Amino acid sequence: MTLPEPLKSQILHAVAEDGGAKPAMLEALRLVQQAEGWVSDARLAQVADLLGVSTAELDSIATFYSLIFRKPVGQTVIMLCDGASCWMNGGDALRDALMDRLGIGYGQTTADGRYTLINSACVGGCDRAPALLIGPGRRLVGPLSPDGVAALLEGGL
Amino acid sequence: MSETLPLTGRARPDRSPHTLAEWRAVGGYASVERALQMTPVQLVDLVDAANLNGRGGAGFQAAKKWRFMPAVGTSPGIGTNYLIVNGDEMEPGAFKDRFLLEALPHQVVEGAIIAAYATHSRHAIILIRDDYRAGISAIRRAIAAAEAANLLGTNILGSGFNLHLRVHPSAGRYIVGEETALISALEGGRAIPRKRPPFPAQSGLWGRPTTVNNVETISLVPHIVAQGAQWFRALSRTEEGGTKLYGVSGMVNRPQLIEAPMGTTARELIDRAGGVSGTGVLRCFQPGGGATPFLEPADLDTPMDFGHMAKAHSMLGTGTLIVLDQGTCPVAVTARHMAFYARESCGWCTPCREGLPWAARILTALEDGTATPRDIDILRMTAAEAGPRGRTFCDLMGGAMGPLASLLSRFGDLVEAHLDGGCPIRRGLL
Repeated sequence: MTLPEPLKSQILHAVAEDGGAKPAMLEALRLVQQAEGWVSDARLAQVADLLGVSTAELDSIATFYSLIFRKPVGQTVIMLCDGASCWMNGGDALRDALMDRLGIGYGQTTADGRYTLINSACVGGCDRAPALLIGPGRRLVGPLSPDGVAALLEGGL
Repeated sequence: MSETLPLTGRARPDRSPHTLAEWRAVGGYASVERALQMTPVQLVDLVDAANLNGRGGAGFQAAKKWRFMPAVGTSPGIGTNYLIVNGDEMEPGAFKDRFLLEALPHQVVEGAIIAAYATHSRHAIILIRDDYRAGISAIRRAIAAAEAANLLGTNILGSGFNLHLRVHPSAGRYIVGEETALISALEGGRAIPRKRPPFPAQSGLWGRPTTVNNVETISLVPHIVAQGAQWFRALSRTEEGGTKLYGVSGMVNRPQLIEAPMGTTARELIDRAGGVSGTGVLRCFQPGGGATPFLEPADLDTPMDFGHMAKAHSMLGTGTLIVLDQGTCPVAVTARHMAFYARESCGWCTPCREGLPWAARILTALEDGTATPRDIDILRMTAAEAGPRGRTFCDLMGGAMGPLASLLSRFGDLVEAHLDGGCPIRRGLL
C-alpha cells in the first residue's frame, strides 16, 4: 500500500514548515504514527523516499526517539510513570496491578490488541502520584490506586 | 495582573487556557506593545536589572545569555538568529512547565515574542515533549490566535519586527532537553549534545546564533516588561529576582506546585504541601529534581535560590522538591534515578554510557543485599571521576552523579548497612 494522500501532503507541509526534509523527519514519523499507531518498515521506506533521505538515516531517527514505535502497539497505549515520586507513592503496586490485569509486561501488547503498557520517564504528574498517561491524548490519570485499575480499563476513569 | 504571583496569578483553577480576548482582558500582550517600543538593548538591560536567572536548572542569568546574541548584520554569514523555548520537561520530580504550557499558553507566547525581539531572532521555536499533548495544542491555538491578531508574523503591530513562531513536538528521550542536543534534534539529527565552545549564541541552530530559554524563564519576561526590574527584584527574598514556581512531591501530604518568592525555604514549602507523609519525619530532600544532591533537615531553613543551594552543596535545579521521609530509603530513590539516567543517556560519551548502567546495577544490588564492599568503592570512584564537568560533552552524567555523590557522603553508613542483607529500612531495622 502506498502512502495515503492526506499523509503525503501533511508530510510535505511539515517539510515546508520545518525548513527542509531533514528537520522534518521526526515530524513525518510522528504523522505516520498518529495515523496508523506505529511506523512499519514499508512506511519507513515510503517516507524516506518522499523526503529524499536514506531509509537508514530515517530509521536512525525512528530508533533513537523512544516514542516512535517501530512495532505495532495496542489501540490504547498506557505509559506508567517510573519516576521516584510515583514509586514512593505506590507506583510498584500500581504497576503490578496493571500487569496482572492486562497479563503483560512493559513493552508488550495484550493478545486482543487493545492495550500496550510502557514504562515512562517522569510524566510531569508528581502532584498526582502515582500517575500514568493513557490514550492518544496522553491523558494524565492519578493518583491511581491498584483498586482503580479495573475502572480505568473499563473506561470509568 | 496579580502583584505577588505573576506567573500563576491569572491561571484558572481548572487549568483551562485563556482565549486571546480573555488574555488581553487581563492585561495580556500589553507587554509586547511596550517591548516593541523599546530597543533590544534596552530590553536586555531591563532583564539584567531584574536579575532573572534561567529557570531550566542551571540558573544562568537570562540577560547575560541574551547579550551574547549579535545584532542583525553583525554576525558572519547569512540568516537569522533563533530563539528556542525549551519545554522538554522530563526531569524526575519536575512538573512545573506542564502547568505553564497547559494553563497559560499566551503567557509563553507573549514571553517568546519579547525574548525573540531582544535576541534579534526572526524565528522562534517552542519545543515540547510529546507527552504534553494538551500543552502542545494549547500553545498551537495561542500561536494561531496571535498570528491572526498580528502579534506574530510580518511587521508586528506596525513595529517593523517580523517573527515566525512554531511548535516542535518532540518524541521522547530526556537528553533532548539539553540545549545543544535540542539543537541537534531540531536539525533532524539524533539528540546528541555538542562540545562547547562554540556556544549556541555563537553557533547554534543551523550554525546561527541561538538562545535556548526554559518555559518558566520565558513566562516571567512579560511581567518584567510590564512592572519593571525593581518590582521583580522586590518579589524575591534574596539577590536573585522574582518568584519561583516551586513544586513539592514525594512523601508529603498534599503534593503541589507553589509559586513563592525566590529564596523561600524548604521548610515553608513542605509545610504548605501538608507536611511530611509516611512516618511524618523528614529524612532528606532533593531541592530541584532527580539530578540535585540530597539535603538534610539541617538545610530546611536555607533560602532556596541558585546561590544558596550551591553553597549548601546542592543545586536549585528545577525547584521541584522530592521529599523522603524516614521510611523511604535514599539508596532506593537514587537507584531509580540512576536507572532513569542510564536509560536516557544518548550513549555518545563513554563515562556516561558505561558508568551509569554500572552504577544503576550496583545500587540495585545494594537494595537486594547482593552487593560487595568493592561495589561501594566503584560507586565512589564513579562519582569522583565522572562527576566533575568536562569529562563528557554535556552534564547528564555530571548531574546524575550529584545525588549519588551526596548519597555516599551523607548516608555512607546507611549505604554500607545494605551490604548485610539488603535495605535495612525496608526490613524494618531502621
